Amino acid sequence: MARSSIAAIDWITVLIFIVLVGFGWGNIYSASYETATFSFTDLSQVYVKQAYWILLSIVLIIITQAIEAKFYERFAGLIYVISILSLLGLFVLGKNINGATSWYAFGPVGLQPSEFAKACTALALAKFLSDMQTNINRINHQLKAFLIIALPALVIIPQPDPGSALVYAAFFFPLYREGLAAIYLIIGASTAVLFILTLLFNPLWVVLSIAAIMLFILIKKRKQKPKYSRYLLTILVIGGFCFSVNYIFNHVFEQRHRDRFNIVLGKEVDSKGIGYNTNQSEIAIGSGGWIGKGWKEGTQTKGGFVPEQHTDYIFSTVGEEWGFLGATIVVALFVLLLIRLIHLAERQKSQFSRVYGYSVVGILFIHFAINVGMVTGLMPTIGIPLPFFSYGGSGLWGFTLLLFIFIKLDANRVNEW
Amino acid sequence: MRKLLLYLIIITTGVVFVSRLFYLQIYNTSFASLSEDNAIKVIYDYPQRGAIYDRNGKLLVTNQPSYDVMVIPRELKPFDTLEFCSILKISKEKLVKQLNKARIYSPRVPSIIIPQLTKDEYAYLQEKMRKFEGFYIQKRSLRDYQTTLAANVLGYIGEVNERLIAKNPYYISGDLIGIDGVEKQYEKELRGVKGVKRIQKDRFNRDIGPYKNRKFDTLPVNGKDLTITLDTKLQAYGQKLMQNKRGGIVALEPSSGEILALITAPTYKPELLVGRKRSPNFTRLYYDTIAKPLFDRGVSGEYPPGSPFKTINALIGLQEGVIDTQESVSCSMGYYYGSRGRKLGCHAHYGPLSMIPGIANSCNAYFATVYRRIIEKYDTPQEGMDRWSKHVKSFGLGKFLGNDLPVGKRGKVPTSKLYNRMYKYPTYKWYSTATLSNAIGQGEVLTTPIQLANMTAAIANRGHYYTPHIIKAIDGKPIENENYTVAKVTTINKEHFEPVVEGMREVYTKGTAAFLQVEGIDICGKTGTAENFTKINGVRTQLTDHSVFVAFAPKDNPKIAIAVFVENGYWGARYAGRMASLMIEKYLKDSISRTDLEEWLLTHSLEEEYAKPHSGEPFKINQ
Repeated sequence: MARSSIAAIDWITVLIFIVLVGFGWGNIYSASYETATFSFTDLSQVYVKQAYWILLSIVLIIITQAIEAKFYERFAGLIYVISILSLLGLFVLGKNINGATSWYAFGPVGLQPSEFAKACTALALAKFLSDMQTNINRINHQLKAFLIIALPALVIIPQPDPGSALVYAAFFFPLYREGLAAIYLIIGASTAVLFILTLLFNPLWVVLSIAAIMLFILIKKRKQKPKYSRYLLTILVIGGFCFSVNYIFNHVFEQRHRDRFNIVLGKEVDSKGIGYNTNQSEIAIGSGGWIGKGWKEGTQTKGGFVPEQHTDYIFSTVGEEWGFLGATIVVALFVLLLIRLIHLAERQKSQFSRVYGYSVVGILFIHFAINVGMVTGLMPTIGIPLPFFSYGGSGLWGFTLLLFIFIKLDANRVNEW
Repeated sequence: MRKLLLYLIIITTGVVFVSRLFYLQIYNTSFASLSEDNAIKVIYDYPQRGAIYDRNGKLLVTNQPSYDVMVIPRELKPFDTLEFCSILKISKEKLVKQLNKARIYSPRVPSIIIPQLTKDEYAYLQEKMRKFEGFYIQKRSLRDYQTTLAANVLGYIGEVNERLIAKNPYYISGDLIGIDGVEKQYEKELRGVKGVKRIQKDRFNRDIGPYKNRKFDTLPVNGKDLTITLDTKLQAYGQKLMQNKRGGIVALEPSSGEILALITAPTYKPELLVGRKRSPNFTRLYYDTIAKPLFDRGVSGEYPPGSPFKTINALIGLQEGVIDTQESVSCSMGYYYGSRGRKLGCHAHYGPLSMIPGIANSCNAYFATVYRRIIEKYDTPQEGMDRWSKHVKSFGLGKFLGNDLPVGKRGKVPTSKLYNRMYKYPTYKWYSTATLSNAIGQGEVLTTPIQLANMTAAIANRGHYYTPHIIKAIDGKPIENENYTVAKVTTINKEHFEPVVEGMREVYTKGTAAFLQVEGIDICGKTGTAENFTKINGVRTQLTDHSVFVAFAPKDNPKIAIAVFVENGYWGARYAGRMASLMIEKYLKDSISRTDLEEWLLTHSLEEEYAKPHSGEPFKINQ
């Protein structure tokens, strides 16, 4: 590794990474310790395991920095194929934990290939989009890009791990940045809005209201001779969508899925059943006040009221023990990190690095948004970890690889010609 | 420009999250208490309530263990309800009802199923309890009365009500609190301070150790033992004499204001209001609206004082200089006044009388004369009235005494204001004669027995009194409350008391109570016969006169001052005088020589008299 290469590393990003991982470990410790005696050899303790995962991730970081930057671009395709194969291999060799076959077991250690597949997909997408031949606005290239993204997601869904599959929506970030037509964004956003409206209200009323608005626009614009057929088509599509969402929600979804949405939409409050997680998480965060109860002093955390607190719900520990101040700092750190990464991505000279950078931003953002949204009760319960924070070796390694490959690419940008 | 949208999405997400955090952590404060509720269990450690002793160190009130059967509904397992009900002697319906109530209250917080089992009931239940999962026994402390006396003084304890819980954060539902008497007045001293233990719970409601290293835990502070001023022997004797009569007796120690006996009749035994019996017994006592056993006549009964009040008028007359001890006033079966020959009647006695025999024979004409002169000494009757009123109030009449019993009445001493209103002044004028009944303790004057006893003590002390009180010592340390240890001085000069005391002595030697003399004790007293009225079906009807008596003894260096009211006892010496004499003898000599008086009292009942107004038939009074 050349000296200049180390100097070129973006230390701001590294610093934020260190703070998040360190603070995350402190919270995992608080959420999981059982005895007052601290031991670094007791591997049954979650915080000890995580400490080892963190130590080992340093090795991982050094490896990513040691490897020639060109390697990632050159072997992106191969890495992607291996990743897909490892996901498929789960159906044969995977170990079933908590009803999901997402792990390879190596003795006491489990590895979750889906955590690594994100970085691999990012590399593959970057490679594809940076190809001279690729034009993002040609429909067959679009389809290929979607295929690259959708393939791992489709393999992950039946594990079943729909949460992890949802993460692949993150690749909207690089696609959009690389010039994907805005119409996809509009369609995507409208779909989401219509979906929520349909669940909240009677679909008939939603369709009628939209039709009324359209009628109003038509009357206003009648002098410009609008194309009535387009309006008609649009309302038909909307109507079809609304009613099919309604049908799917009520007849295809299972009750647990319905409940998850209903809680967030405020339609059902069942604090003992499905709403328990969200309710307890809100109580834990809410009881933190301005500055929290102090490290290891959280009563909700100690009592284990929030399920999965050291993994997906780790943010509730932050809220309870560090209060509004601590939680806001964590949110701010994530926002800072994401903005910094966009800035880094923008200064890349190679399209490969830029696409990869935006993929990193997208993946981190979607984890952050869904996880914190879920823990604070703004989103349905979708079990995905908070990057760098949540307990889990595969997760930590996956995010570390994802981030530090980009740091390596960024550090190497000066050599790119 | 495309990257701007991405920045915007990221920053908006951050802002939304911070706002949401602000809402959860700062704006909505309910989460903090929810967290308290489900993560911390508070256990209270109740100290023993202080015991109560009488002035001679006799134990009156202590504690006994009692056992509540508790249930935690969600820990219930199916059980043999038939056996359970038969052990506890309750019906199945009641059990089902109680269980439902507990479940509705909270499935995880313990509720009482059956309160306050006795030791014996508990012993039987104890060995079978393990069969019934979800139930457990909680030990509590109840009062154990070593006496059957003075329920009105001791008071009782009971579960604290919702209103008090809201007002005073110390109490929680199910806590016991003093509700009446000494238990209420000295609640803080008696109860001590309960200890608090906070235990951290996990989501299964299991204990996982102390909260914050016991930083917020406190140890219980034991309740303090009280010594009260009552003399149990005297109290017992008074209650015995009062059987089958209604009224109140208050005996004080003039040199200290200590209440030696505070008797109300009819009364009840304090043990009636303990434990499971309390509720039905209380209901029965509460709804006895005729005999009113829960009404403490000794401190709350307002009666016209009658003739004992004449002593005050004599003192005021001397102080105001409107009469001396020599001047005699003639009396021909009453006092005539006004232009139309109106008369304030009097009984047959020799005459004319000066002050000392005037008191001894309770001459109405003498005191009417003195009273008139007091009121008429000043330019207007209003001024005279207010002067007189001030003197009377300096004896503690017409206002709250400030004693340490939680109930009491103010009594009434009229001022010019009352008469101005009554006679519509200044449209109409009023004169001293309009208020003449005050001269003989009738009219607008009302006193409670304890006020009258205090007045007697002030005369016995020749001009000062100590506020009557029931507390003698707390945890063995004598009280230092200045309200009780510093004398209050009347507006009458000391030298004026001697002739009045002499008059009261003559009441016993040759006056209206001559037949009540006790060998070897110089008792000073004053009889009273108080007219009184009631409303029967809205018609003001006169009832048989109250028998009133005040006394103190010995004449010099008095040890006891006493006031006795016996409702509808006809005349002063008949019931009240007998009781006062016997009480004084009992207290000073601890034996009874006048067994004739005692026997008369024990064999005479006034129940027939009390039944008259309720019989619905015409009746005659003063027979």
